Amino acid sequence: MHNPQLNKNGELQHLLTIEGLPKTVINHILDTASSFVSVSDREVKKVPLMRGKSVFNLFFENSTRTRTTFEIASKRLSADVINLNIAASSTTKGESLLDTIDNLAAMHADMFVVRHAQSGAPYLIAKHLIDTNQPHVHVVNAGDGRHAHPTQGLLDMYTIRHYKKDFTNLTVAIVGDILHSRVARSDIHALTTLGVPEVRAIGPRTLLPGGLEQMGVRVFTDINEGLKGVDVIIMLRLQNERMAGALLPSAQEFFKSYGLTPERLALAKPDAIVMHPGPMNRGVEIDSAVADGSQAVILPQVTFGIAVRMAVMSILAGN
Amino acid sequence: MRNPKFDAEALYKVLADRVKSGLAHAENVAIVGIYSGGAWLAERLAAEMQLNERLGFIDVSFYRDDYAERGLHADVKPTQIPFEVEDATILLVDDVLYTGRTTRAAINELFDYGRPAKIMLAALVDRGGRELPIAADFIADTVVLDDDQQLVLQRADDGRLSLTVDHA
Repeated sequence: MHNPQLNKNGELQHLLTIEGLPKTVINHILDTASSFVSVSDREVKKVPLMRGKSVFNLFFENSTRTRTTFEIASKRLSADVINLNIAASSTTKGESLLDTIDNLAAMHADMFVVRHAQSGAPYLIAKHLIDTNQPHVHVVNAGDGRHAHPTQGLLDMYTIRHYKKDFTNLTVAIVGDILHSRVARSDIHALTTLGVPEVRAIGPRTLLPGGLEQMGVRVFTDINEGLKGVDVIIMLRLQNERMAGALLPSAQEFFKSYGLTPERLALAKPDAIVMHPGPMNRGVEIDSAVADGSQAVILPQVTFGIAVRMAVMSILAGN
Repeated sequence: MRNPKFDAEALYKVLADRVKSGLAHAENVAIVGIYSGGAWLAERLAAEMQLNERLGFIDVSFYRDDYAERGLHADVKPTQIPFEVEDATILLVDDVLYTGRTTRAAINELFDYGRPAKIMLAALVDRGGRELPIAADFIADTVVLDDDQQLVLQRADDGRLSLTVDHA
């Protein structure tokens, strides 16, 4: 099937998932992001690229951080940002998702940044825009269900490239609740596309999805084995709501078996970096000594995230 | 159709002499080259004028006026302005001055770093065809070209510059 993210010229029209995205497109986004990093250090933290464009943040699922970084990115591109509090709006009055989209498009929206608990919701919107011949309106997936969180995946790649320069000699470990993590999925696709020779997934059997091996991932249930000699550690947030199910005994139990402590970090390469998409649960998946330690690059990830989102939005809006 | 041959090295020498005498009494001078050709020229000028600490580079991609039609440039380079723009006398350097649109974009970008005391413009070649009220302070040569011709500055591995005329 034709990749709905790309237009007829192979240019990025929507950003829905990293899966199937050509390496050239990923590198173009990362290269462009590096030019946006310095914009945030200037006297005027704005460029005029998206002046007069309207970006609608459609967050059907709560998120403060991601919504804020998209809002900042839009504002630094001089776009007008409209945050829709969906929980309190027309969807609760029974309006369908696509009717909401049509109404906002009629208000001359140029871009939708969509977060939805349902996997595939951004795809549905993008397909609707294609079917209704509205190629000037773009969709950015800001996280859909367990499916994908492409801008987080891209900012993780930007961070890794910033500290490690080259992807082709790295061992990268992703640790924690991989089953429910759209970040893990996006990271795995991106790492594989960029040529990382060894991607590891570390977690308890109950939180590891099937099919990881088919994606080229080495699976470890013993964290002490899995962390040996790695260059990059990506910790995932343990979603407290999962504890309600029977997947995990308790947060304390999880920390004992899979929490990243200084002792476990010492098993990785001495210059290994520690990443986390946030928000962190200290004492659940990560020890404070590691989170605040010299190998953690968790706050730089946030800063890079703005530049990466600026790059994605400005590339989309120009295509 | 005229197909002029240029000696870029000789042109650079003329430009450097004009810039040096023109800025002999200027204070707080800094040099900013516009990627890519202007950046090479600015690098050389800064070295000759002992202004390496006050050398910057601009990529105007985020300020271009044709973004809506052409989208974002495929190869954007980071703008680097490592000096204080406030109250500086900035010499903006480009290889070829044509429509003036690139100069306009570069001036706009500089103002987002601060308020310079003065901005001046140096270019190797002025080919006319201005679409904005912009003029250079220093120029090595002027030339008349057809609309479909393009002047391209190139730099060899040994650093030597050459100017060629391409047909669009």
